[in-house]
Amino acid sequence: MFKDTLERLGLYAQKSINSIGLMMMMLANAAMLCFTPPVKVRNMFKQMEFVGIQSLFVVVLTGAFTGMVLALQGYNALKRFGAESMVGPTVALSMARELGPVLTGLMVTGRAGSAMATELGTMRVTEQIDALSTMGINPVKYLVVPRIVAGILMFPLLTVITDFVGVIGGYLVGVKLLGINSGVYIGRTVDFVTIDDIAMGLYKSLVFGLIMTLVACYNGFYTTGGAEGVGRAATTSVVTASVMILISDYLLSSILG
Amino acid sequence: MIKIRNLTKSFNGRKILDGLNLDIEQSKITVIIGRSGEGKSVLIKHIIGLLKPDSGTIKLDGVDIASLKERELNEIRKRFGMLFQSGALFDSMNVAENVGFVLKEHTGLQDADIEKIVREKLVRVGLKGVELMATDELSGGMKKRVGLARAIVMDPEIVLFDEPTTGLDPIMSDSIADLVLDTQKALNTTYVLITHDIPFTYKIADKIAMLHEGRIIASGTVEEMKNSTDPVVRQFLEGRAEGPIKVY
Ligand SMILES: Nc1ncnc2c1ncn2[C@@H]1O[C@H](COP(=O)(O)OP(=O)(O)OP(=O)(O)O)[C@@H](O)[C@H]1O
Ligand SMILES: [Mg+2]
Repeated sequence: MFKDTLERLGLYAQKSINSIGLMMMMLANAAMLCFTPPVKVRNMFKQMEFVGIQSLFVVVLTGAFTGMVLALQGYNALKRFGAESMVGPTVALSMARELGPVLTGLMVTGRAGSAMATELGTMRVTEQIDALSTMGINPVKYLVVPRIVAGILMFPLLTVITDFVGVIGGYLVGVKLLGINSGVYIGRTVDFVTIDDIAMGLYKSLVFGLIMTLVACYNGFYTTGGAEGVGRAATTSVVTASVMILISDYLLSSILG
Repeated sequence: MIKIRNLTKSFNGRKILDGLNLDIEQSKITVIIGRSGEGKSVLIKHIIGLLKPDSGTIKLDGVDIASLKERELNEIRKRFGMLFQSGALFDSMNVAENVGFVLKEHTGLQDADIEKIVREKLVRVGLKGVELMATDELSGGMKKRVGLARAIVMDPEIVLFDEPTTGLDPIMSDSIADLVLDTQKALNTTYVLITHDIPFTYKIADKIAMLHEGRIIASGTVEEMKNSTDPVVRQFLEGRAEGPIKVY
């Protein structure tokens, strides 16, 4: 029983290390291919539209409600110390440093990550990826590179939007609903939030974009086992990418200070 | 032109190809026959480097395909055209985009010229006015023919067809046979075909090779194979359930 569990644990560890190795190889490969001509600009724009434009609605919704609830909770907590004027900076700092990038990352992973893995997985099991190879086209260059580039470019952009909408949501709740003075709210926010805070969030989101697209592409690209395998690739991608985003968020927070 | 020596391949411990030898001659039509599940598709995927052998060599003009790097392999693959048994059409593209894809990727041709070639090749496989259809709107036989058109769109030197006539009516099959014969004559194309279609085989084959239990057990011209005394070959070509090959 104990030995059995141990064995299974070992096997699992081995598989995980194996797939991390393969994923890193895919990343190295993609990084190299990214700069060898011809650059697949059309594919990149298509993916940027898919990851970016099509996520706008989700991201705006997430930003708005997060900013609003932050203002509400922040107000309740800060009122006890008579520090209601700090609601603005609380909302803005939380959004810029943590919640903007993380929530954007998680929402877009749920939306686009599963779709990405499903698409590539289907292409794998129906031999479309093999067909690309037989035509002398590198499938990593054609399929993976545009997706990773789109992730790295679009995640920071979406995060900016989440941050912005969140701050507006916080302002509406704080000023219009809870009656904090508008000038104080804005003034305090501008006083406390620095470019560094915003930059930190954007660095994070760039990493999250890389994580999400790499994990989804990896799982899709190496799908086996027909339709069931495609479903598994989608689920695994979302779970793995989400967990990796949360872990790397902590690491980045402690590194970037 | 292609020399396969001692090719061995296993999947999950099960030996599929077991020391297979086969010569494919330039500008000739080689037909590989054999029972379902014997490894014909696996063999053809080795020729174009999609699968790596466990051991053995596949030499194209003296170069071992299995030892090539991705980049070199991609150059060599431009000389090939391949039809997958499953069709493997790109489902994110319509018919015309599928057929014209390699032209767009590998040649500097204008869109109008590509369109013209695509239309021409589609007519060649008996399809007209389907250019703008999505691949999932096509019937099985139409998919197969779009795959055929896509495989020959660059007029490749070497064409690999995995079951080109499966799912086609007999008239269409015969017309595909004519297409194979015509292109072989006009362009000196080398063909490697896998098929279960015996009349089709008899019409086109310069050489028939029979895959059985991981090896080529017999090969020769149509006449030679028809007159073969090998009971396995006879049973297969005559399509009998009783004989040395057991169904169960
Ligand atoms: N990627 C793979 N992984 C595991 N097993 C495989 C793989 N590809 C093929 N096989 C196995 O190899 C054997 C031969 O398959 P193959 O597709 O070459 O048969 P075939 O001769 O083309 O049959 P058919 O005439 O039905 O197309 C089958 O038993 C199949 O299960
Ligand atoms: Mg087959």
